[in-house]
Amino acid sequence: MTNTSPATGADTDKVQAASRSATWANLAEFWYYFSRNKGAVIGLCIFVALVTVAVLSPWISPHDPDMQYRDSFLVPPFWEEGGKSTFILGTDAVGRDILSRLMHGAAYSLWIGVIVVTISLCVGIVTGLISGYAGGTVDTFIMRLMDIILAFPALLLALVLVAILGPGLTNAMIAIALVLQPHFVRLTRAAVLAERSRDYVVAARLAGAGHFRLMFKTILPNCLAPLIVQATLSFSNAILDAAALGFLGMGAQPPASEWGTMLAEAREFILSAWWVVTFPGLAILITVIAINLVGDGLRDALDPKLKRS
Amino acid sequence: MLRFLLGRLGLLIPTFIGVTFVAFTFIRLLPGDPAELLAGERGISPERKAEVMRQLGFDKPYWQQYLDYILGIFQGDLGTSFSSKKPVLDEFMTLFPATAELALCAIILAVCIGIPAGIFAAVKRGSIADQAIMGTALVGYSMPIFWWGLLLIILFSGVLQWTPVSGRISLLYFFPQVTGFMLIDSLLSGEKGAFLSAVRHLILPSIVLATIPLAVIARQTRSAMLEVLGEDYVRTARAKGLAPKSVIGLHALRNALIPVVTTIGLQVGVLLGGAILTETIFSWPGIGKWLFDSISRRDYFVVQGGLLLIAGIVMMVNLIVDVLYGLINPRIRHN
Repeated sequence: MTNTSPATGADTDKVQAASRSATWANLAEFWYYFSRNKGAVIGLCIFVALVTVAVLSPWISPHDPDMQYRDSFLVPPFWEEGGKSTFILGTDAVGRDILSRLMHGAAYSLWIGVIVVTISLCVGIVTGLISGYAGGTVDTFIMRLMDIILAFPALLLALVLVAILGPGLTNAMIAIALVLQPHFVRLTRAAVLAERSRDYVVAARLAGAGHFRLMFKTILPNCLAPLIVQATLSFSNAILDAAALGFLGMGAQPPASEWGTMLAEAREFILSAWWVVTFPGLAILITVIAINLVGDGLRDALDPKLKRS
Repeated sequence: MLRFLLGRLGLLIPTFIGVTFVAFTFIRLLPGDPAELLAGERGISPERKAEVMRQLGFDKPYWQQYLDYILGIFQGDLGTSFSSKKPVLDEFMTLFPATAELALCAIILAVCIGIPAGIFAAVKRGSIADQAIMGTALVGYSMPIFWWGLLLIILFSGVLQWTPVSGRISLLYFFPQVTGFMLIDSLLSGEKGAFLSAVRHLILPSIVLATIPLAVIARQTRSAMLEVLGEDYVRTARAKGLAPKSVIGLHALRNALIPVVTTIGLQVGVLLGGAILTETIFSWPGIGKWLFDSISRRDYFVVQGGLLLIAGIVMMVNLIVDVLYGLINPRIRHN
């Protein structure tokens, strides 16, 4: 029976309006602290530019990334002697335009970051919530499981997992997500342990909230700040790990224009054609720096302790 | 302290059992089977395959294989490499000094540069020097080290020709291994120029492997120093009129180093993971390259043993760091 009197309805509207304005105020406060960090704003601009390039690459890249120009093997960048203006950053050993491959590769890297963070965040949050909320044997079991994953160097574990699942970008993403998720589990659990005895959680429980509601609607929204910061760091780690796997021949497979795979293909030319090695690595470095800068800004904006200082 | 140590060990035992289980299970999930791998392209008859599987113990029930494996660990038997036909533990012990030497040089480099850089950045907070150090640390922290290694090879080995591209020492020198550490062995050998050759081979891989730990240590030191420099006891020390050097060196640094020690300990996993990439780029004959090659070749027992030994090292170092942390910070010990 949900009879709502007009007075109660008006109260609900007021509460909803107040909640909306509080959300806007929080966002404004967040942007105020985030924008005070100039590095973070620069990082965000670079990241937005990368996303734009990745999305528009099919239309704005000068060449097809897989097209092999048989008359243009290892052409240097246009400013070097022997360079051609049609290949601004030069071509690789089979005559493919490096700039076009880098533009298309941006989509791979950002896609890897999104998928890996989504998987590890979702699995990590659910596992961490269960661990922190349930406590006892369940908590001990989950935490020991995380300790086991963390006992292996991340890249080694990812390599073995890819060897089991088979080399390829999808399997590499699954492996990296598995390797990264203990950090989310630990963070969520720690936040849940800190929050679960707070008055608002006890009040929600006394008001009859079920376990599911308590975990996901009452506690989780109050644990999100450290998780958002960790998600940003994991995004850059995912890009680096996927590139490392690609470089070792266990990630994206040729002819994919993934940046790590491009580096792997370029290895034998490092002493004769510097551009085939330099630009893909530079693309990885700039992307990861931009994301880490955003991560630093998010930490500054979301950490109340830093806000006070 | 004893209770603290026992508590930490108690946590370690189930984790170690879990690690053995993971290492054991993973290699059985690898595609193909060992008999076909041993046979190679020649192929193998079903009878011979059954015989090989029996010899390797793969015909037994899963739990019995696991039990045999655990018993083997206690007897120091981690199986035999398919490719070299040598015991896995012997191979590991032969190659480990190369990785240990590289990792030690890298961590020494990271600590010797990272801590002073972090202190300097904290003391000069907000200055151009602080921004330059933290900017460089951010670049180091974000660096794809496999690319960094290639760039250094292009510059120092290709253009300047100062350092060799690969290996641990020039082929001109030959001397028996005493410690397995090339720097020490080359000195002990007395051969002229051997030590210099070992240093020239070690320098680029060390820089590459040290890059990320150095950046992490510098960032952590700065952040810990900033926290400590705002504490009341530092203010009191300054108010007493102590020289800035002694305030920073004696009062602030000693307390700021506590979290830095933990960070340094945590870098062991990073170093061992990074060793796979560094050793592959520089053809460094250590356990990183050995494991990567074994994973590529599906050398089952090497992967199984290598995973276990590396996880064991990481766990042991974490335990030592925990104990050290407990020793220098009584609040942790008593919790």
